[in-house]
Amino acid sequence: MAAGQTAIEAKGVTKQFGAGPDAVKALDNVSVSIRENEFFTLLGPSGCGKTTLLRLIAGFDFPTEGEILLYGQDIAPLPPFKRPVNTVFQSYALFPHMTVAQNIGFGLEMLGKPRSEIDARVTQMLQLVRMEELRNRRTSQISGGQQQRVALARALAPAPKVLLLDEPLSALDAKLRKDMQIELKRLQHETGITFIFVTHDQEEALTMSDRIAVMSKGNILQVGSPRDIYDRPSERFVANFIGETNFLAGEMAGVSGGEASVKLTGGSVITAGIPEGLKPSGKVTIVVRPEHADLVQGETPADLRGVLENVVYFGTDTHYYVKLDGSPEPFIIRQQNTRGGGQGFARGDKVGIALEAHSAQVLRD
Amino acid sequence: MATSAFKHRDVKDQPGFGAMAIICLLVLYVPILILMIWSFNSGSLVTHWEGVSLQWYGVALQNEDFHNAAKNTLIISITATLVSTTFATMAAIGMTRVKAWRGMGASFMVINLPLMVPEIITAVATLSFFALLAGKLDLNFGIGNIIIAHTVFCIPFAYMPIRARLEDMDLTLENAAADLYATPWNAFRRVTFPLMIPGILSGLALAFIVSFDDFTITQLIAGPGQTTLPLYIWNQIRRPMTPEINAISTILLLVSILFVSVSFLIARRRSK
Ligand SMILES: Nc1ncnc2c1ncn2[C@@H]1O[C@H](COP(=O)(O)OP(=O)(O)OP(=O)(O)O)[C@@H](O)[C@H]1O
Ligand SMILES: [Mg+2]
Repeated sequence: MAAGQTAIEAKGVTKQFGAGPDAVKALDNVSVSIRENEFFTLLGPSGCGKTTLLRLIAGFDFPTEGEILLYGQDIAPLPPFKRPVNTVFQSYALFPHMTVAQNIGFGLEMLGKPRSEIDARVTQMLQLVRMEELRNRRTSQISGGQQQRVALARALAPAPKVLLLDEPLSALDAKLRKDMQIELKRLQHETGITFIFVTHDQEEALTMSDRIAVMSKGNILQVGSPRDIYDRPSERFVANFIGETNFLAGEMAGVSGGEASVKLTGGSVITAGIPEGLKPSGKVTIVVRPEHADLVQGETPADLRGVLENVVYFGTDTHYYVKLDGSPEPFIIRQQNTRGGGQGFARGDKVGIALEAHSAQVLRD
Repeated sequence: MATSAFKHRDVKDQPGFGAMAIICLLVLYVPILILMIWSFNSGSLVTHWEGVSLQWYGVALQNEDFHNAAKNTLIISITATLVSTTFATMAAIGMTRVKAWRGMGASFMVINLPLMVPEIITAVATLSFFALLAGKLDLNFGIGNIIIAHTVFCIPFAYMPIRARLEDMDLTLENAAADLYATPWNAFRRVTFPLMIPGILSGLALAFIVSFDDFTITQLIAGPGQTTLPLYIWNQIRRPMTPEINAISTILLLVSILFVSVSFLIARRRSK
C-alpha cells in the first residue's frame, strides 16, 4: 500500500435531520479526503456536525446526499457491522455485563475468530494499553481513564482500517488528558491505523494531528497541517477559533508569484499569502499572528504605527497591546523574553510594528 | 437548589402529617396482622382465642380442595406469566428499538388500557367472549380459558418494567455492538437481551402476582373444577369461618410478599 493513499473520502455529503421548516442541516455539502495512516482531526465548536460525520462513516446514519468512499469503494450499502471501521465512543459504551477481556474480545468473537486467537489478541491489546492486571475486572469496577483505555483496546482489537474517536478525552481531567494524548499518538504510531479524531479543543488538535479539518455549522472551512491552519488561516472563523490573532484592513495592490501585495490603511505595502482558489480584489482583511510581528521604536521604518497601550509580562514572553490609528481593536504582539530583550518600551510610547516577511495571510471573506 | 427552596415547606412539617401517616398505616396493616394472628388460634372460631397452635396450617395443607385450588392457581399463573411476559418483551422491543411507525402511540395506549379499564368490565367482556366462542363455535378450552384471560390482562403489567428498562438502556451500547461486527441478531443476543434481564424478571414477578391474586375475572369465567385459591377463599368465607381460612390467606400473602420483594430487590439493584 502506497503511503498517502486515500482511506476515507467524503464527496458532497449532506445530512439533513427532519423536514420542512424544522429541518436541520447537520452537514452541508462536505467533501474531504483522509489519507491512510493519518492522524486526522475534525475540530469545531459544539453542534458543527463532527459527530454526525463520524456516524455517517461508521454507518449509524446515512447521508441525505453525497457518498462516502472507503479505499475508493462506496460504503453506502454496508451496514455498520460490515464496515472495517471501529469507533471509540465519547461515553465509551463499554458493555456493563462483560469483563474487560470480554469487551476487548467482542469484535473478534463476532468476526468468528477462534478462541485461541481471540485470547492472544486480547492479551496483546491489554499490553498495548498497559492494563494486563485488569483483565477480569468488570467495566464498572475500573476508573474513567482505565475505561477509556479499554474502549480504545476494544476498538483496536479487530485491527480496523480506520478508527473513529469521538471526543474520547473530554471526560478526563486535565492531567489524565495530557497522558492520554501522548498515549493515543503512540498507539496510532504503533498500529499504523488511520485515526479520525474529533475534538473541540484547538490545543489538542494542534499538538496531536497530522492534519486538521476546521468545521463550522456543517461545513469544513479549511483542511491543513496544524502549522498551515495556525499560520495560514483562510477564514476569519478559523483564525479566531485557533489561537489569538490580529486582523488588519487593506486594499489589494496586485498579485505576484502567488502572493498578494496589500496596501494597509496606514500606507505601507506588505505581501500576504492567498488561500487556495481565492482571487482577492478590492478591500481585503489580512491576519497576522501576534508572534509574527516585532515592536520597533517610533522613528524606525515600520509597517504600522500606533501607541503602546499596555504591556503584560508572562515570564516566557511579553504581550504588547498597540492602539492603531483608526482601529478599535488593539494590535497584539507576543515577544519571547530573551535575556536583555523585550525591554525599553513603556506604556504611552509611540511605536512602530514590523511584520515578518510572509507572515500575513489574506482572508477569504 | 430546588430541594432547599422547598425545604421550609416540607410536607412532613405540616401539622397532623405524622398522625395521618400512622392512621393510614394502621388501617392498612392492622387487619392483615389480625388475620395472620388468628391463623395461629388453636380453637375453631375466629372470634374466640384459645391458644397458639399451627393446627389450622396442617388442616389447610391436607385439604384436598385446597390442593386442587393451589394446583389450578399455579398452572394458570405460571403459564399466564410466561406467555404474557414473552408477549410483553416482544412488544417492548417493537416499541423502543425500531423506527417510529404509524400508530405506535396508539399501540402504547392499547397495550396499557387494561390497567385503566375497571376490572369488572374486562371480566364481563371476557365472559361474553368465551360464551360466544362456546355458543357459536363450540370452543371451550377449559382451564385454558382462564389462562387466556389471565395472559391478556397480565401483559401490561409485564410490559411496564421491561419497557422502562429498555428506555433506560444507552442506545450507544447497541451501536457499539454493531460497530464491533455484531449482526442485529447477535447484538440482541449478546448485548440488548442480557441487559434487559432485570426488567424481564420484574415483569415476570409482577405478572405472576397479578395473575395469582386475580379474583374478579376468574370468578366470572371459571367453570366447575377450575377453582383457584382466591375463589376457594371466597367460597370458604361464605360458610362458618374457621382459622383454616386465615392460614390459607396467610400462605397466599407470604407468596405475594415474596414476589413483590423479589421484584423490588431487582428494581433496586438495577437502579444502582
Ligand atoms: N438525530 C438528530 N436529530 C435532529 N438533529 C440532530 C440529530 N443529531 C444531530 N442533530 C443536529 O445536528 C447538528 C450537528 O450535531 P452533531 O452532534 O454532529 O454536533 P457535534 O459537532 O458533534 O457537537 P458536539 O461538540 O456538541 O458533540 C446539531 O445542530 C444537532 O442539533
Ligand atoms: Mg459530538
